[in-house]
Amino acid sequence: MKNKKRLEEQIFLWIMRVVTGSIILVFFLILLVIVQKGWRALSWDMVSQEPQGGFYFGKGGGILNAIVGSLYLAFGSAFLAVLIGLPVALGMNVHWLRNKRWVNILRFLLDALWGVPSIVFGAFGFALMTYFHWRASLLAGIITVTLFIVPIFIRALDEVLRTIPQGLLEASYSLGATRTRTAFGVFFRQALPGFITALILAFGRGIGDAASVLFTAGYTDHIPQTLQDPTATLPLAIFFQLSSSIPEVKERAYAAAMILTGIILAISVLSRLATRKFKKNIL
Amino acid sequence: MSDTIVTIKGLNVNAGNSPILKNINLEIPRNKITVLLGPSGCGKTTLLKCLNRLTDLYPQLQVSGEVLIDGEDIFHPKQDIIQVRQKMGLLSQKPFPLPMSIYKNITYGLKIKGIKDKKQLQASVERNLRDAGLWDEVKDRLHTPATRLSIGQQQRLCLARGLAVGPEIILADEPTSALDPISSRKIEEKFLGLKNDYTLIVVTHILRQAQRLADHIVFMYFGEVVEQGAPNEIFGNPQSDILKEYLRSGH
Repeated sequence: MKNKKRLEEQIFLWIMRVVTGSIILVFFLILLVIVQKGWRALSWDMVSQEPQGGFYFGKGGGILNAIVGSLYLAFGSAFLAVLIGLPVALGMNVHWLRNKRWVNILRFLLDALWGVPSIVFGAFGFALMTYFHWRASLLAGIITVTLFIVPIFIRALDEVLRTIPQGLLEASYSLGATRTRTAFGVFFRQALPGFITALILAFGRGIGDAASVLFTAGYTDHIPQTLQDPTATLPLAIFFQLSSSIPEVKERAYAAAMILTGIILAISVLSRLATRKFKKNIL
Repeated sequence: MSDTIVTIKGLNVNAGNSPILKNINLEIPRNKITVLLGPSGCGKTTLLKCLNRLTDLYPQLQVSGEVLIDGEDIFHPKQDIIQVRQKMGLLSQKPFPLPMSIYKNITYGLKIKGIKDKKQLQASVERNLRDAGLWDEVKDRLHTPATRLSIGQQQRLCLARGLAVGPEIILADEPTSALDPISSRKIEEKFLGLKNDYTLIVVTHILRQAQRLADHIVFMYFGEVVEQGAPNEIFGNPQSDILKEYLRSGH
């Protein structure tokens, strides 16, 4: 009997090891393939110049338009997502506690929205644009991506806020703190690592998505100057170049993928470093 | 100064249609340990939370009646709630250190009071940690996270944090229920030492703890005060059936 238990334990231990190992392996494999196929095309020109004439047939230039476009789009929509999502998530966990039923219905709806494919958001954004007679633009792209990442941001933050014990707030109030001091000094501080995680999750989905911006942000060889300009994005830059039959252009698609991965990695690492100071203090 | 620090008159608390506290009338003596005794769910914690108006946080609770602290009605609309709360330190069932360092946990309340002078803050941190019996254990790591302390140490930190704002009253809601016997004893010893300078109101359902600590016992059942008096009266000569039964099953 004892041996059987032990064997069972061993089997599960090994299953976990194998599965964990293969996740790490796949992660490195993805990085390896992208780097291996793209590193030759990666150059200073690539990240510092807009595409020149004939770029898509292997001539000179770079994808600065898509890098800047993607950053504008992702930062813009992440900003809007926080603006909309933070009050909703706080409300769900502080102000509307009495209406548990409604909050749970809201949770369910947000989860459903989280599961909706991004192309559907793209189609919705497109329908909105045609209704208002807008052209593909940075603004339309930002709005669409915001709609797409808001449910992700809210629910990810919501899950963190739910774990904050009421007693912590009582402790702060009982020392004479006001609502605002409690909210920022204690509640938000406690939730900050989770807030960053939610933000990165939403940002990553926003910057990496091609389908939602395909019709709404459009594509251009120039860096957008106003919110009305069409905007190139990295996922689409990858998509267009990867579908080319010219090897140099294909290579550039992988280089663009390297850049996109690099941006997301850099932002995750930076925000982790920024919150490390607070994280050690939380309950 | 009168011998009564807290006077409760006709206090009712309802959650929707169900009453939690029914017409509570109490006088709590100054510089004594008053123990609120009773089974779980009888309203002891709610009564405690009325005293520093933590009930404000729960919009589903309707509170009526009067709570006078030093003769002032704390439910009066013009009452400065921050001042009321800083008259009291709170210890909860489980310690909740604030998400910051040990040092900042103590200075949190002081900064709310507007004290900024570093020397003053430092002196207060040391004095209050000593009063809570924690100084020697943490003096070398004041700037490490409070969450790394053991749970017993955390509870004493919460005590020090409460003392730092210079309260008159210490409210303790089953403060030892999450602690091991040794940590519990340390807290109890502190309480007995503190009653020279403070009024303590301690919620417990543990009879032995009540016997060890109490100068005055209030026995509650289903939102009502059933009996109150000195420990020897309550334990030696219980009047009501429910208290008799509670004492029987507790020993």
